[in-house]
Amino acid sequence: MTYLAKPKLHHPDLPKNAVGFTRRDYEGRISTLCAGCGHDSISAAIIQACWETDIEPHRVAKLSGIGCSSKTPDYFLGNSHGFNSVHGRMPSVATGANLANRDLLYLGVSGDGDSASIGIGQFAHCMRRGVNMVYIVENNGVYGLTKGQFSATADKGSKSKRGIANSDEPIDMVGLAMQLGASFVARSFSGDKNQLVPLVKAAIEHRGAAFIDVVSPCVAFNNHSGSTKSYDYVREHNAAVNRLDFITGREEITADYEPGTVTIVTQHDGSKLRLRKLAHDYDATDRIKVMNLLQQSAAAGEVMTGLLYVDPESSDLHEHLNTIETPLNRLGERELCPGSVALEKINAALR
Amino acid sequence: MAKRVEAVNDFVIKFANVNGSGSASANELFARSILRMGVPVAPRNIFPSNIQGLPTWYEVRVTETGYQGRRGGVDLMVAMNPQTWDADVKEIDEGGYLFYDNTKPLPKSKFRPDINVIGMPLTEICNSTYTDPRQRQLFKNIIYVGALSALMEIDPNEIERLFSEQYKGKEALLQSNVKALRLGRDYAQQHLGGPIGLKVRRADNVGHKIFIDGNSAAALGALYGGATVCAWYPITPSSSLAEAFIKYCQKYRVDPATGKSKFAIVQAEDELASIGMVIGAGWNGARAFTATSGPGISLMTEFIGLAYFAEIPAVIVDVQRGGPSTGMPTRTQQSDITACAYASHGDTKHVLLFPEDPTECFEFTAKAFDLAERLQTPIFMMTDLDIGMNTRLCAPFEWDDKATYDRGKIMTAEMLEAGRDFGRYLDVDGDGIPFRTYPGTHPDRGGYFTRGTTKNRYAGYSETGPDYIDNVQRLLRKFETAKKLVPAPLLYPAERPARFGAIFFGSTSPAMQEALHVLADRGIHVNALRVRAFPFQDEINDFVASHPWVFVIEQNRDAQLKSLLVNEAKVNPSRLLSVLHYDGTPITARFIVEQISQHAAARTVVPLKKVVS
Repeated sequence: MTYLAKPKLHHPDLPKNAVGFTRRDYEGRISTLCAGCGHDSISAAIIQACWETDIEPHRVAKLSGIGCSSKTPDYFLGNSHGFNSVHGRMPSVATGANLANRDLLYLGVSGDGDSASIGIGQFAHCMRRGVNMVYIVENNGVYGLTKGQFSATADKGSKSKRGIANSDEPIDMVGLAMQLGASFVARSFSGDKNQLVPLVKAAIEHRGAAFIDVVSPCVAFNNHSGSTKSYDYVREHNAAVNRLDFITGREEITADYEPGTVTIVTQHDGSKLRLRKLAHDYDATDRIKVMNLLQQSAAAGEVMTGLLYVDPESSDLHEHLNTIETPLNRLGERELCPGSVALEKINAALR
Repeated sequence: MAKRVEAVNDFVIKFANVNGSGSASANELFARSILRMGVPVAPRNIFPSNIQGLPTWYEVRVTETGYQGRRGGVDLMVAMNPQTWDADVKEIDEGGYLFYDNTKPLPKSKFRPDINVIGMPLTEICNSTYTDPRQRQLFKNIIYVGALSALMEIDPNEIERLFSEQYKGKEALLQSNVKALRLGRDYAQQHLGGPIGLKVRRADNVGHKIFIDGNSAAALGALYGGATVCAWYPITPSSSLAEAFIKYCQKYRVDPATGKSKFAIVQAEDELASIGMVIGAGWNGARAFTATSGPGISLMTEFIGLAYFAEIPAVIVDVQRGGPSTGMPTRTQQSDITACAYASHGDTKHVLLFPEDPTECFEFTAKAFDLAERLQTPIFMMTDLDIGMNTRLCAPFEWDDKATYDRGKIMTAEMLEAGRDFGRYLDVDGDGIPFRTYPGTHPDRGGYFTRGTTKNRYAGYSETGPDYIDNVQRLLRKFETAKKLVPAPLLYPAERPARFGAIFFGSTSPAMQEALHVLADRGIHVNALRVRAFPFQDEINDFVASHPWVFVIEQNRDAQLKSLLVNEAKVNPSRLLSVLHYDGTPITARFIVEQISQHAAARTVVPLKKVVS
């Protein structure tokens, strides 16, 4: 958190991507979140991923609901249109926006309160419709902006900062997305940039609903002992990664993992996805096996991370609706209005 | 011997049927055959919240003068439903007629001595003619239409012509329907003792008018108005609007070259999602709408407030009905006025349009998209079940091919490139309406972050009081601009100087027009003003100021339009007298006449006729 304005001057030698933008061109305003908040690392990962995938910043529409996570679209892609909508209702706004113009990239950023509690319905239906978008949940198990109430992803038995144990079953967003038909499902950890950036890049390239659950500990309200969303806890239970650097409470964390076995998945459009961190025999295209493994991993108290599932032959809502290639928002009266002659025929049929 | 109601081209027939028995199409056929004889009809569905096996009614007012309001009273009851027999028989006017299936004899106590009873063994005829049970049921309806056509002297050729239009290319269906029709006619002519006192005589009062329901008309308006995104959630009485839009789009909006759709329609998971999608699409530059009813509006209100403050175009068609839950909701009311005018949290006010019939449903819905994009705000099309779900005889639709869509103030990439100053919430010319950019317009100019309230003129984050006030005051200026853009009120002046004024709106219109004529005949002259939109124009204030008393006729309990007039137009409340009808049935001219006559008498106005005589 800082009150210093970001310098607008760029170093002239900053490297540019294929579409002529520097990494700085993908940045946004200075974050107003707490120092060390994992959400800022996710914003940085989004910036990196967009820069590396050569997306023109203004061709991205950023959408969010309400909450700490939903504030973050202001902190990246400053030249893109953003929409800070209604609590829990980002998915419907993103769906409508996507219907209006299929040519933009839709990036939805939400939180666990926003998507698992108040907005679970819209999250569910967005996944099952296959809206072509990147849907990131910055998951910390707690309501930050209202100061520390449990959210629906808080694990049963985990303790609040005031020491109260949560008695409700947690909602596993990843399991839910799998069941609802999301065609790209991933989980990561806010500090693990090496894992997260490629996941965001792959999600950007994916056609259909691409969901990433990013565990992002809340340094202010959910980073104490007894919490299952604290840095320490996640570090200790991360199934894919067992090497994390020690961090102090208020410091943004970054961690580098040794790459594990690499698997290649080729998608319908020829794009290739490199999968890291997971075991040799892990098949990210086998939906049933993945769902079983998720259950086993959860029962073992692990936090399974990585690209957990991808459907290489995915489709999206526009394909289901058979909409025209031209974005609907570019059609005018010539394409849309049947005119007076047709209307006279309609009149005649009503007599 | 009961007296006989004698009437030509001016009476009411009510069909009491069982849901799902195929009666609806037969009853509509009956109504259309009268229309084809040049005699206007005003039919209405009265349907409880059921799908199959339970009561439903269809009421046809035959009205040579063309009054489209409900008249009240029943001259002929076609009683086809034993469940509702007692109430149906009771409802018939003295001297009226009861037509029923007398296959199974009924005790004398089930009838009334003051009505004329016509029994016809419909079931027996069907059972001896058809073996298939479904045919027995379906053709029973056509057989009674045939019998009624004989009893009322309806030209059978018109009915047969309707069949041949409906079953074009389906010869077998055509023949079987004609056969059933003739079966009914022949039986009636041979056994039912000649025509009854209610007769249809050929006239020339239909002209070029069209016969359509308001929901289909509004769907056509959306088609012509350029709607490309429709998100909706099923709710009576609005579902048929979205379904009609689907039908029209499939016919008129599929690209012939590619077979691809120039529209996107999503049946959402609830009304929260449907309005969210509409707002997302509107934000992104598509013309988008939803159709719903009161409970849907309640669910949408948070989003509606956001759209108001974030200034996003949206069209919401509210087909109003009675209250929450199930039951009354299949009846009509105008009871969402307050809910829509002030929908949401914070200081909000919304533009409402009040169409009177399907013609205006078409016109106003198409216009609503222009208004929404010009004003960058949600526009409510306030129709109701009475207009929406009943076929109504109305003026044909018109479209000017030279008209272009008003997409409002859009700042383009070229304008940005040319260095135009872009402030998303900056009032550049005093009308309160700022420019907007579509997402994806320009690589480094014109992008902004959309928020509800917390912003300055350049869409920068601001929590300061002056910035907030600056913004919401501009929204008031924008609402002022809306007055000039929405449909103006229409004046219906009395033929003689009048001390009374009357303000009415929406589906009350046909009953009101009829009531004005009846009142004038009784010497009570009333100037009437039909309000067609909110915000209210100055003409409304002038109208109220120029009458000592002004009736405000509404179909709700709480005089919602009157409250809005007092609150927003600042008219003098002591001049306003409410005439309120809210039992779920459409308001009638009889009701309005009775209420206004009572008020008039209480204000010791001597009718002019008496003064003269």
